[in-house]
Amino acid sequence: MKLTTPSPLEKIATIEILNSVPHGVIILDAELRILEINSFMEVLTGFANSNARGVYVDYILRSNIDNNGRKFREVLESVECLSVAGDIITQHHKKISVHFTVSPLMVDSGTPGGLLVFIEDISAQESFDRKRRSNDGVQDILGLSPKMQEMFELIPVLAHTDASVLITGETGTGKDMFAEAIHNTSKRSRHPFIKVNCGALPEALLESELFGHAKGAFTGAVKDKPGLFRLAQNGTIFLTEIGDLPLSLQVKLLSVLDDKEFFPVGGVKKVKVNIRIIAATHRPLRQLVKLGEFREDLFYRLNVLRMHLPPLREREGDIRLLLDHFIRQFSVPLKKPIKGFSKKSIEILTDYRYPGNVRELRNIVEYAVNICQEKKIHEESLPKYLFSPQTDPEDVTMEEQRPVETVSLPQTIQSVGKTDTSPVLVSDGWGAVEKEMILDAMRKTGGNRSRAARILGWGRTTLWRKLNRYGLN
Amino acid sequence: MKILLTIKKKYISPRFDLTSEVLVALCEDHQILGNPRTILMTRPSSEELCALIIKERVNTVVCGGIEESHLQYLVWKKIQVIDSVVGPYSEALKAVTGGFLTPGIILPGAKQRSKEE
Repeated sequence: MKLTTPSPLEKIATIEILNSVPHGVIILDAELRILEINSFMEVLTGFANSNARGVYVDYILRSNIDNNGRKFREVLESVECLSVAGDIITQHHKKISVHFTVSPLMVDSGTPGGLLVFIEDISAQESFDRKRRSNDGVQDILGLSPKMQEMFELIPVLAHTDASVLITGETGTGKDMFAEAIHNTSKRSRHPFIKVNCGALPEALLESELFGHAKGAFTGAVKDKPGLFRLAQNGTIFLTEIGDLPLSLQVKLLSVLDDKEFFPVGGVKKVKVNIRIIAATHRPLRQLVKLGEFREDLFYRLNVLRMHLPPLREREGDIRLLLDHFIRQFSVPLKKPIKGFSKKSIEILTDYRYPGNVRELRNIVEYAVNICQEKKIHEESLPKYLFSPQTDPEDVTMEEQRPVETVSLPQTIQSVGKTDTSPVLVSDGWGAVEKEMILDAMRKTGGNRSRAARILGWGRTTLWRKLNRYGLN
Repeated sequence: MKILLTIKKKYISPRFDLTSEVLVALCEDHQILGNPRTILMTRPSSEELCALIIKERVNTVVCGGIEESHLQYLVWKKIQVIDSVVGPYSEALKAVTGGFLTPGIILPGAKQRSKEE
């Protein structure tokens, strides 16, 4: 585009074109003086094109991005486009979010003779996104894949009712976060959200924790304890790892779900509660029902509304999104100037199957950020186990389930009650491999379970459960 | 009458919320009394600037773009605000003391800024 003394015809054509653009457009000379602004920009700034001509851009634009034209000058010097988000103050005294695209305009000599600044008003989009996020309560959950969008759309539907929800999905898929999002979106959001890990507490303690106890109910019960069900009054109680809930407590939970009342341990007075129950598990509850490990009536009572979270390997494009998110999250506190991953690392990370899903990906990035000493994360900074042959997580899940299916019923029940033996184990196959992996991780970390769990890409609870299963505890 | 101008180098600062320097002048019968003084803010902040304007008992504020909430606050405090002014602060000061500075005005000096400014 010629910038030097355009003919009247060219000039008319230029402004006509600019005015037909439904976004702000400014043309600047090499001194950053305004040559033309379009009618959209006139409305935004309140300055007429004729008055604005010849004035330095920062005084008309009133943006937060340009410190004395420094950014615009950088574009002139580098001859590279700049795309940056910022805000401007309009003639109506509103600060609006905009997106700037600054492009150099080359003259015949091949040097930049000016700039074209394109300003897109993104305030409506931002406020819509903000509103949507605050409405959904899902601001902490990342995912752009169609499968995740389906999950996001399901949240307001599930939040609308008081019916029980059963969230299923592999470990690390975000069951806890979705449960919290459902609570935050529901009308109970002003009331407590209480999370209970049914697999983390011994049976006797769990009953007391859930339903509370009366003073003197057992040794050490020196005063009344309300219990988590009562603490969650008017709110939501989230029972995670519901598949690990002992059978005796399943009966009590079923009666609470039916009657909305229960007796605390050792108590003589019934307690009424108004709570919503959300349960989650990574175990196949239907199979556990068949095996007699989970009560059928409780399963159907919980399984009113079902949400199955997709594993990370099925979420197209989300791996890159999460990698970028976690790299920012971990590099900022460590003050490391890490810009991203090398091409090879990205290939390895996107090809990996992530049996531990988002939790595993997060741990991999945390490891890499800590190890990396360069600006980009190369494959040397990735955990070594990524390079060993992988077992398909779907096969793993099936392998894990197969031994449970093959053993006889009494044996299995016995194995749940007594965690020291391993009748469900097979001497070879995945069980043995997994046991070996656990032993290896424990050896490496000198018995530190938290670190071992991190290496294995599991939560501490999962490791604890597996230690019990393999009799390693 | 006490006048406060939000400034950036020799010009009226384009934005009230990003201003880190102000000029305070006393004016009587369309004449500036004494030498105007500049005040440097510790950091750009609309709230701190509003507090300074109140503390200094300013009658008129001359500034660039200003957000509605701060404009309304100053108006509520009975302070005259002449906003969206573009140009050198010296010209703006002359115009305001002369009583002909209006909101949204582009002063003649706005088009004569030297390169280093």
